[in-house]
Amino acid sequence: MFEKLMNIDRRIIFIFVALVVIIPMLFPFSLPLNVSEPTQKLYDYIDALPAGSTIMISFDYGPSSFPETEPMAAAVMKHCFDKGIKVIGVAVAYIDAVPLADRVMQQVAAEKEAVYGEDYVLLGYRPGEEYVILGMGAEIASVYDSDFSATSITEIPMMQNITNYDQISLLLNLAAGSSVEGWITYGHTKFNLKIAAGVTGVIVSQMYPYLQTGQLVGLLSGFRGAGEYEKLIKAPGDGTKGINTASLVHLLIIGLVVIGNIAFFVQRQREE
Amino acid sequence: METLGIWIAAILTLCIYSFLYRDNPFYRFAEHLLVGMSVGYIIVITIYFGFIPYAWTPIKNAVTDETARLGFLTLIPICMGCLFFARLSSRRAWLIRYPIAILMGISSGIMIPNALQTDIFAQVRGTIDPYSRIGVLSAFEITGAILMVIGVVCTLTYFFFSVEHRGPVNWLSKVGIAFLMIGFGSAFGNTVMGRVALLIQRVDFLINDWIGSIF
Repeated sequence: MFEKLMNIDRRIIFIFVALVVIIPMLFPFSLPLNVSEPTQKLYDYIDALPAGSTIMISFDYGPSSFPETEPMAAAVMKHCFDKGIKVIGVAVAYIDAVPLADRVMQQVAAEKEAVYGEDYVLLGYRPGEEYVILGMGAEIASVYDSDFSATSITEIPMMQNITNYDQISLLLNLAAGSSVEGWITYGHTKFNLKIAAGVTGVIVSQMYPYLQTGQLVGLLSGFRGAGEYEKLIKAPGDGTKGINTASLVHLLIIGLVVIGNIAFFVQRQREE
Repeated sequence: METLGIWIAAILTLCIYSFLYRDNPFYRFAEHLLVGMSVGYIIVITIYFGFIPYAWTPIKNAVTDETARLGFLTLIPICMGCLFFARLSSRRAWLIRYPIAILMGISSGIMIPNALQTDIFAQVRGTIDPYSRIGVLSAFEITGAILMVIGVVCTLTYFFFSVEHRGPVNWLSKVGIAFLMIGFGSAFGNTVMGRVALLIQRVDFLINDWIGSIF
């Protein structure tokens, strides 16, 4: 039996994974979710900001990672619009982040009746990552003279009183790559800009040292982070739905790893 | 139009997932389509947000507007950038050293002081900082602070090759390996979570958006 397990066709495992993903979607359920400290810190920081403050969200992910990061963007923006906090969207790492950012910003704005140019703005993408971050520290208009739809920044009402990072209360970097390090290195270290991150599961382990040192004020970790934030703002969305299904898949994978290891050791013992 | 988009996205998703069975022409078609479209999109965006505002417009303004003559200075970095193409000629390939030298110099000048502050000084301070307020920390936090120092010292010992790894150094480096393994395990677990998230989103799209639009 163990020999069969060791040589099982990988496509059978794919079928199991597919079933564990599909069945919960057809029959939704809810699992308890505890809010972790990094998520709570970000929520508390934004919650303590006065109405009229401005946060900047850097959308640094592409289509291959938006399922994890987009629910975070939606949850944080809902919280901001509820509190009267203005949101500036930029993209410094991925060109293809702009249409994704536009989509999620429009969806949340429609739900919260936020007005483009007054409550939120999407400046879009500029090439040069670290130079963009450094340039905005001196003057945002030197990098972004217009928004993503080519409207001059001087014609956007909410940008009238915003010159550089001095008027930005928080930079939230939603990232699938190394842009968080760039924002910390150039935004936080050089300009003392407060930084928080919402990152994919793949890179979250690299973020904890920055959280421990206080270089990040908060951290959202993949689907889980999005689900936790949705719980804090009492607005379940894609993050909550996703983490329930993901928990079942994780259980399946843990089970498969345990079975695989047992089969491996038993077979090795028999060979000896 | 939206329905057509959903159908195209659904069919391409199924083409990509067909690779799980085996490599096939449908998968290769979708893969090549993705690569081609991505490259085309990046080229267009780079022209619109890179070349036109930073190269074309300043020179155009310098030619047409007497007050914008300083725009001609843009020709210096443009010419320097063009030297990258010298690589295409075996006789002139050495010219590429100039733009690379400038890029390296500027990047190092900007990066090194900030990176030292971010990744060395701040991290060292973060490692020893808990000991400055040990009296107000809980037992859990004190344990964490001790483990962190042990982890940092042992992991650094593992990467310290100037001394032969024997005796106490060997033990320290072995503990360092254990910390590294825990780190890699955590990264792998989080990577699985990320990949599962992608699958969940695609299945959600197929069930709710695609099949949902049919029935």
